[in-house]
Amino acid sequence: MLQVENLTVYYKTIRGYVQALEQATFKIADGEIMGLAGESGCGKTTLGHSLIYLRPPMNYIGGRVVLDGQELPIWDMEKMREFRYRHVSLIPQYAMNALNPTRKIGRMIAELLESRGVNYNDVLPELKRRLDLVQLTHDVLKMYPIELSGGMKQRTVMVVSTLLNPSLLIADEITSALDVSTQKAVCEMLVEFRDRGFVKSTIIITHDISILYQIADSILVMYAGQLSEKAPSEIIFRDARHPYTRLLIGSLPKVGVRYREERLRGIPGSPPQLLNPPPGCRFRERCPVAFDRCVEVPPFLEISPGHFVACWRAY
Amino acid sequence: MVRYLGRKIFIYLLTFFVAVTIDWLIPRFMPGDPIGMLLSRIGSRPEAFKYLYTYYVQAFQLDVPLWQQYVNFWKGLFQGDLGVSIWMYPQPVMTIIRRAIPYDIFLLLPAILLSWFAGNHVGALAARIRWLDNTILPLGYLLTATPYMWLALVLVWFLGNQTNLFPIAGAYSPQYRPHLSLTFILDVLHHWFLPFLSLFLVMFGGWAIGMRNMIIYELESDYSRYLEALGTPQYLIRRYAFRNAMLPQITGLALQLGGIVAGAVATEVVFAYPGIGYIILNAVQNKDYFLVQGCFLFIILGVLIANFLIDLVYVLVDPRTRLGMTGE
Ligand SMILES: Nc1ncnc2c1ncn2[C@@H]1O[C@H](COP(=O)(O)OP(=O)(O)OP(=O)(O)O)[C@@H](O)[C@H]1O
Ligand code: SF4
Ligand SMILES: [Mg+2]
Repeated sequence: MLQVENLTVYYKTIRGYVQALEQATFKIADGEIMGLAGESGCGKTTLGHSLIYLRPPMNYIGGRVVLDGQELPIWDMEKMREFRYRHVSLIPQYAMNALNPTRKIGRMIAELLESRGVNYNDVLPELKRRLDLVQLTHDVLKMYPIELSGGMKQRTVMVVSTLLNPSLLIADEITSALDVSTQKAVCEMLVEFRDRGFVKSTIIITHDISILYQIADSILVMYAGQLSEKAPSEIIFRDARHPYTRLLIGSLPKVGVRYREERLRGIPGSPPQLLNPPPGCRFRERCPVAFDRCVEVPPFLEISPGHFVACWRAY
Repeated sequence: MVRYLGRKIFIYLLTFFVAVTIDWLIPRFMPGDPIGMLLSRIGSRPEAFKYLYTYYVQAFQLDVPLWQQYVNFWKGLFQGDLGVSIWMYPQPVMTIIRRAIPYDIFLLLPAILLSWFAGNHVGALAARIRWLDNTILPLGYLLTATPYMWLALVLVWFLGNQTNLFPIAGAYSPQYRPHLSLTFILDVLHHWFLPFLSLFLVMFGGWAIGMRNMIIYELESDYSRYLEALGTPQYLIRRYAFRNAMLPQITGLALQLGGIVAGAVATEVVFAYPGIGYIILNAVQNKDYFLVQGCFLFIILGVLIANFLIDLVYVLVDPRTRLGMTGE
């Protein structure tokens, strides 16, 4: 069970703070797969990384993260170390380059595990079972990353990241580099990991909301560093209340990837600068139904069980 | 693997052939008349000059057609005969080169190895210790950016002329003949130190900066960040970064070692140190075809052998090359 309260994280730059994550508050239940969606640059990776790996130029401004009843010291890189991997784990956006090119994969995993005080040989049988599960031969352990295709590397990283059964898994854009059929397979593997109890809660970050439809239990939509809406998936797709979510869903093409760029252009205007964002609702400038009230920040309120939304028109 | 090596060897042989041909061509297109220069040094009467001129042209086999000279050149090459020097007539080129090369090895090998070793370690430390970074980095840039001649002259001036701590020219004092004795060895080391130090300093700066930048690059790379996100302790991440940063440094080292036979022209000129670099300068000034050719031949060999060794080492240490071989 993950609880995030008022989490605020900025990037410190020479021109000032980039306000990439503002007052985020949400929960993820055990066994829940939550999709995190929004346009490029809206702060999805920032949110994901804050939960595990908050390093400069990211700056912790405020808020709490509680995992399984224990507060995570996310502002302290050193103290956070022991929580990483065992409790919170990450499949990074750059999974294709995440493996050391000059180490055989098995040896790298062994060294990684030993460095975390886990005996490789104890884990090896389970590791092999999981390789089977994602349809990789055991030979990958004897190979160098360069010998693997992109999809194989991706699956290897998925297995490595979840090997210690973390409570929370953050999967960042794991499908964007893959073709449509592989995307589906990779997503199904994440569901499988959850069903088998390898991970408890999962956050799947994507800017392609359509891939979330079949796999995510709930979807959290972000816009320009603010949370817009969180609800069970079918509510997001059928009965979204936030104007941004509606535009996002309304402009969904029939088949995913190829139209992604067009879809983003489908909503007129572009997101505001996060360096000095306008006060109030950050969607205001593009919102077709904006009114006077919107110069104040709308609170993220639960309008029906499990359905949260931040919009003055929705309450 | 065998096919890979076979092809590599073929490419190296071809390169050798082309390079040697160019090596043969270049001195022949240099302006000037080497024999005229040799004879003008003797300063003989005009009729003797004419007689001697034809004699020398025949002696150096410059009267046969060019293609014949070229064939003769290759023939001689395989017999280890590089001709006779014009500048130091009648010493064979081979003898002169053989006499000079030990000085280059003696000077450059320790300078390269020690600066490489020290530079890599200091650079790696600088990548993680801030005060070291703040001192080593500017110093390193200063050392590599300083024109070598200037640095060498400063050393000569301070440690030679002003303080008289070290001799400033030659490989040993003129009153000695080379022989095995403690005094002579100490004298040789005494002469060796300044040129060695000047080389060590510039190379050290380069290695240290290179290593520091490479390590920082590796520490910022995706695989390092992934390990860090999984809570891996710093020692493992650093070990990986160090290893991966070493690869380009190994190449650099091998290239430097291959260049040993080329000597260090600037150093040897400043310190009048009798290595190949010093010989080349004199050979060029005296339009000594054969000597120039011979020196360059050794340089070509050194560079090619070093490159070949790098290829071999890379096959062993970097899986990316090893696997690339079959994929081609
Ligand atoms: N290192 C950084 N320094 C300054 N600003 C940054 C930095 N990294 C990200 N940002 C800013 O923070 C905001 C959020 O970035 P983030 O990477 O979280 O977006 P994202 O939603 O993951 O986008 P994408 O879909 O492209 O991955 C962006 O506006 C970006 O410009
Ligand atoms: S709060 Fe106002 S501007 Fe923001 S989405 Fe709702 S209506 Fe639009
Ligand atoms: Mg991102």
